[in-house]
Amino acid sequence: MSPPVLTLTDIRKSFGGVRALERVSLELPAGCVTALIGENGAGKSTLVKILTGIHQPDGGEIRIRGTPVRIADPLAARALGLGVVHQECQVFDNLSVAENLFIRAQPTSRGLVDWRTMRQQADAVLRDLDAGFDAGTPAGRLSIAQKHVVQIARALTHDSQVLILDEPTASLSQRECAELFRIVRKLRDAGRAILFISHKFEEIDALADRYAVFRDGVSVSAGALADTTRDELIRLMVGRPVEQLFPKLETTPGAELLRVESLSRAGEFEDISFTLRRGEILGVYGLVGAGRTELAQTLFGVTRPTSGSMHLAPDAAAAGIALVPEDRQSQGGILDFSLAANVALTNLARLAPRGWCSGARERALAAEWIDRLSIRAHGPGQVVRSLSGGNQQKVVIAKWLARAPGVLILDEPTKGIDVGAKAAVHRVTSEFAQAGGGVIMISSELPEIVGMSDRVLVMRRGRLRAEFTRQAATGDALLRAASDA
Amino acid sequence: MIRFFARFSDATRRDLAFGGLTLLLFVAVTVAFPGFASPRNVAGLLDDTAILIMLALAQMLVILVRGIDLSIAANLALCGMLAALFNRAFPGAGVLPVLALTLVAGGLLGAFNGILVWKLRLPPIVVTLGTMSIYRGVIFLLSKGAWVNENEMSRDFTSFPRTGVAGLTLLTWLALLVFVGFMIALRRSRLARDLYAAGGNPHAAEYSGIDAGRAQFIAYTICGALAGMCGYLWVARFAVAYTDIALGFELSVIAACLIGGVSIAGGTGSAVGVLLGCLFIGIIRSSLPLVGISAFWQMFINGAVILIAVLVSARERDRQGQTLEARA
Repeated sequence: MSPPVLTLTDIRKSFGGVRALERVSLELPAGCVTALIGENGAGKSTLVKILTGIHQPDGGEIRIRGTPVRIADPLAARALGLGVVHQECQVFDNLSVAENLFIRAQPTSRGLVDWRTMRQQADAVLRDLDAGFDAGTPAGRLSIAQKHVVQIARALTHDSQVLILDEPTASLSQRECAELFRIVRKLRDAGRAILFISHKFEEIDALADRYAVFRDGVSVSAGALADTTRDELIRLMVGRPVEQLFPKLETTPGAELLRVESLSRAGEFEDISFTLRRGEILGVYGLVGAGRTELAQTLFGVTRPTSGSMHLAPDAAAAGIALVPEDRQSQGGILDFSLAANVALTNLARLAPRGWCSGARERALAAEWIDRLSIRAHGPGQVVRSLSGGNQQKVVIAKWLARAPGVLILDEPTKGIDVGAKAAVHRVTSEFAQAGGGVIMISSELPEIVGMSDRVLVMRRGRLRAEFTRQAATGDALLRAASDA
Repeated sequence: MIRFFARFSDATRRDLAFGGLTLLLFVAVTVAFPGFASPRNVAGLLDDTAILIMLALAQMLVILVRGIDLSIAANLALCGMLAALFNRAFPGAGVLPVLALTLVAGGLLGAFNGILVWKLRLPPIVVTLGTMSIYRGVIFLLSKGAWVNENEMSRDFTSFPRTGVAGLTLLTWLALLVFVGFMIALRRSRLARDLYAAGGNPHAAEYSGIDAGRAQFIAYTICGALAGMCGYLWVARFAVAYTDIALGFELSVIAACLIGGVSIAGGTGSAVGVLLGCLFIGIIRSSLPLVGISAFWQMFINGAVILIAVLVSARERDRQGQTLEARA
């Protein structure tokens, strides 16, 4: 193995008493893709911010080709040859691609920006990557995948020897991923060191040579990918056997609760038909952009279908449908309200029958749900923004469960929350179903879908592509149905 | 025609289209009133619009970095009063010290806005609404509410902006100089490109080593300096200084920016667009009396043009979004 380009030793970082990185070591050899895996909150993003120069480590050592360095700010990171492709696109939509590549480093002649040279150099880099668009294109007109390519090209423009890809495939289609991987492999073969952060094992298998696992701010293991198994990696990531994660209660689905008949909404989804039975958890799997969230919004009534129909059992119609949306922070809860006010929001008809709110009644209801969902908070009065992500999600779930809905729709219910909160969310979901409710659970996490669902629907490009029973729903089968393969 | 337009960026296309519209307006008025295109009238039109042009260019910098400067006219009035008082105290000092004084004073007032926005992270609209009142208040304190009239001003002080050079006033030449300076600097200085980046995506700017707050500070300071200089020019041109000069003018300045295609969301705008926005307003303002319509319609027309401009760019954005989806 060639000597490492980048070496991190015992990096530590805390934010106001919260330890994000406790003891992290990492080596990136040249000509090699190293996959960095770990659950949300394991410290991956903090590490990226340290390598970008946004945060300074509290301790530890960073070496580049053996020389200790300090990454004072993003410009220093760039000068040291560290390039990053961020998860959320760090691209300037209002500028041309050429300017995006040369931001803060425009070639000049006599003190003025030399646009012609900039265009030529940018075009050369883009041609090298077979990017398929030219440097004069306004970046705002590019797709997300193309914007990732812009970020890679930006790193190459500055001759980065280390390229950090922070979950670059989160919103890419299968074909766009393949294109991105082609470029990454090309760079690897050219001898660059690549750190690939991903949640998806399929991608890690396809792209990476080595792996490093973080758990709770500690680097727990690293090595060659060929020497390990997926189960072993999951065990390292989670630190406990996976079964415990999905405390699913066995239920026998009862009578029909919801029937959807060829529901369509122009441009979003088409001809969706399915039924949901009492006590059933119906998983909906698909890649990002398959139309799942849009379907949930139509079922919940945020948007109206262009055609098709929905039929609810009379008691369920009276109890209503609840939606725990994917975007917890902007759609799920009102972050600046107290926990009690959030839970009360969906229950005002009951709590304030004559239009006057009662703090005491609101607090009592909230206290009940804090207890039932074991929400970690000082009390009903605590502002939701100050809770951890997992507890915020529990508040959003509590606000809907307090209504005792007939149908509960969960859209990515455990996205970005820690393992403990995940298990708690799964437990209440299961309990709700066992008590006779119907659950529609949208998720991009295969283990969650496989572990929780009684039945799984797979969506692809706005259509239902397959339906699996609990027995038939294996990860491989679902993934095949969901992708274009 | 479409192929011809496709060669240019969105912003340039917009400038071309709006330039065509402004020219059309000019031609239409000229057809009805042939005297409108006479050199004398055009020179007058430019002279009337010169201060608006400089202020709108200054304001554009601030809007570019997601700010807004409501205090721009108050800054102008305060620096105008400073210029008048300085001239009364030192009538023989000449014009250069006055220009330097107003540039520095205006720059400091702008920097004060900038510091509050940058270091205290206060919302620009609140900061400048506050300083707008404060700056007006300071004028009252300085002047004790009294006017400085023409008989208290020295001759070279008042005649400087009105001096004719090659058919245009010095005031007009100054505005053209500022315009050309902006055009080159916005396109080709690294500083300006940083401003565009910081306004377009502050988060990404941070990751590129650009301090978006500092960019705002710089924009406010330059804006203030220009507003200060315009204070002297305004006072000299009208030969009077008092607390309420240019009252409410900040709104005309912002209107000129918006009509000229500066995006209130930041990151988009060009010197040519702003110049056209100012000329458009200038042409309408000077042709309304000719057509026999009350000047009060000016406000109505400005407003309508802003709404139409915003509507057109919103539709454009929707259309582009759709083509992107279709491609994906």
